[in-house]
Amino acid sequence: MPASRNAETAAATPCAGQRATSAHRTCPSIPTNPPLLRRILTAFIDNEVRKVGLTRVVVGLSGGVDSATSCLLAAEALGAENVLAIKMPYRTSSPESLAHADLVIARAGVPSLEIDITPQIDAYFARFPDADRVRRGNKMARERMTILYDHSARWQALVLGTSNKTELLLGYGTLHGDMASALNPLGDLYKTQVWALAEHLGVPAEIVRKQPSADLWAGQTDEAELGFGYREVDRLLYCMVDLRYSRAELLATGFPEPFVRRVSEMVRNSQFKRRLPIIAKVSQRTIDRDFRYARDWGV
Amino acid sequence: MAILFRRVALVQLAPRLGDVEYNLNLIEHGVQRARAQSAELVVFPELAVTGYFLKDMVSTVALRIDGPEVARLASLSRGLELIVGAVEESEDYRFFNSALYFRDGELTYIHRKVYLPTYGLFDEARYLARGDRIRCFSSALGRTAILICEDLWHPSTAYIAALDGAVALVCPSSSPLRGISEGKDHDDNAAYWELLNAVYAQTFGVFVVYVNRVGFEDGVGFWGGSEIVSPVGNRLAKAKYYEEDFVVADLSLKEPRRQRVQAPLLRDENLDLTIRELQRIQRCRGTLGHQECGESHADCEGETDAGLEER
Repeated sequence: MPASRNAETAAATPCAGQRATSAHRTCPSIPTNPPLLRRILTAFIDNEVRKVGLTRVVVGLSGGVDSATSCLLAAEALGAENVLAIKMPYRTSSPESLAHADLVIARAGVPSLEIDITPQIDAYFARFPDADRVRRGNKMARERMTILYDHSARWQALVLGTSNKTELLLGYGTLHGDMASALNPLGDLYKTQVWALAEHLGVPAEIVRKQPSADLWAGQTDEAELGFGYREVDRLLYCMVDLRYSRAELLATGFPEPFVRRVSEMVRNSQFKRRLPIIAKVSQRTIDRDFRYARDWGV
Repeated sequence: MAILFRRVALVQLAPRLGDVEYNLNLIEHGVQRARAQSAELVVFPELAVTGYFLKDMVSTVALRIDGPEVARLASLSRGLELIVGAVEESEDYRFFNSALYFRDGELTYIHRKVYLPTYGLFDEARYLARGDRIRCFSSALGRTAILICEDLWHPSTAYIAALDGAVALVCPSSSPLRGISEGKDHDDNAAYWELLNAVYAQTFGVFVVYVNRVGFEDGVGFWGGSEIVSPVGNRLAKAKYYEEDFVVADLSLKEPRRQRVQAPLLRDENLDLTIRELQRIQRCRGTLGHQECGESHADCEGETDAGLEER
C-alpha cells in the first residue's frame, strides 16, 4: 500500500500522529555506497544466473545510464564474454543513443548485436496509422522485449532487467516491455543511486550526465514528460516509501502539496504493473494466494 | 592452573532452498573441515538444512527426530559437537524452526525458535509454530543457550539465558542484508547485529557465537559476517561478508569469569524486582496506550514521573 494511505491511518490516532510529525523536520538524503552496491549486485547476478544452471545474460542497451549500469555489472559478475548486449534502434531513435550504446559495449568489452526494429514496427502500424505516440512507444518497448527473450532462448541466457526503483514506483515503464526481465539488479535503486553507481563503475560521463530519455520519440526527456526532476522525486519517494513519512511529515519537510499528491497517485495507480494479473479464485489453492512458493522453488 | 581453550568452528554456507540432500552434503563437508582442524564445537546457520524462504515447502522439508536425516547428522557428530538449523516436525505435526544440538553421535538438545519474525520481508509465523522455552544445556563451552536469529533481538531471551547461568549464547541466523549507508563495507543490518552481539557479550559476560548464512533467495541476500565475541568484547573470529567462509577460534574458558569480576552485573541483578515489575507490567500492559494519551488506569499510573519530580 502506498505510504500516503498509511499516513491517513496513522493520523486517525491523534497520539501517534502528533508524535510522528514533530519527530522529523527534514528529509535525509538518499544514501549511496557505490562500492558496497557493486559488491552486492555483482554477487546477486552471479548467484541468480548460476543457480538456474546458466552462465549468460542478454541485455538491451538503449544508450542510457540504467542499461549501461546493468551491462557493466553483469560483465563484471559473469565475465564480458557471457553478456550479450543488443541495440534495438527504431528509425526515429536518436543517433546519439546508438553512439552511447557503442561506448558502453566498448567499455564493457561485451559481444553485441544491432537489430533495427523499424520494419516490424512500421509493418504493424501500417494497419493502424492513427495510433498515437504512446501506443507506438509501448509497442516498440514490447517488440524489444520479444527480441531479448528470443535471444535469451537462442543463447541459453537470462534477460537482464534495467528498470530502477524510481520508474518502477512511478509506473514509468511499459508493462511486459522494458519492465519485463528474469532478474533486475537495479530494481531497488533510485535513479540518484544508479547515477552514483554508474560513475563508480566507469560508465562514460556523457551517458551519466545526459538528460534521461526513453527515446520513444524525438526530443523526449523523462523529466519533461514527468513534470519533475529525478533528484527531487527520488528524495520524496525515499522519504515516502523507505522511511514511511506520513503525508503531514512530507509537507512539513517542504515538499509542495500538489507534488506529494501527484506522486502518491502515480505510485498507487501503477500498483497493477508490479503484480501478476488478477486470478479469480475458485479452488482451495490458488496461485500466489494460498499456493505460495519462492521463485527459487523451481531451481 | 592451565588455561582451558575450546576450539569452535563456524560454517558460513549458502544452502540451496528446499534441497535437503544437497544441504546435508554441504554440512557434512563443513563437519569434515572442522574435524580436520580439531574443532570441538561446530555451528551452522539457522535452517542450514533447508534454506530460509520456504513458504509452502515447510511441510515437505521438515525433519522427524526419528528420521534418517537426523540419524545422519547424529553420526556426523561422532567425536565432536554439532549445532544445525532445520525444520523440525513434532509428534503432533507442528513445524518448528529448530536448532539441533548433537554430541558424540546423539541428539541431546533442541531449541525451538521462540520469536518468529512476521513483519517486513518475514513471514515465519504463517508457516511455523512458536517455541515456548529458553533453556541452557551443557556444551564444550560450559553452560550454553541457543537463541535463533530473531530470538536474540529480544533482550529478554539473552537475559533469561544469562540468569540461568549461560556462559555462551549460540545464535544460528539467516539474516538478510538490507540498508545501505555511506562509507561502510557492509549493510546496516550487519552493523546492527555486530553492535548487538558485542553489547550482549559484555553486558552478560558471555561468549556470543553468531553464525549467519550467505547466498541469495529470490533476490534477498544474506550478509554472512559470522563471528565470535568474547565476554570482554574481543572479536575472536570474523567471517567474510557476503561470501561462503569457514572460521575457527579458540575460546578461553576463563573469560566469562574475567569479565564478571570486572563488572559483576549478573551478581547484582535483582530478580525479585524484575519479576515484580514484569508482573505489574503484564497486568497493566493493555492499558498503557490510554495512559500515554493522558487517560490513566488506577493500577497503572506512571509513578515514576512523580518520583522524579520529588527528587
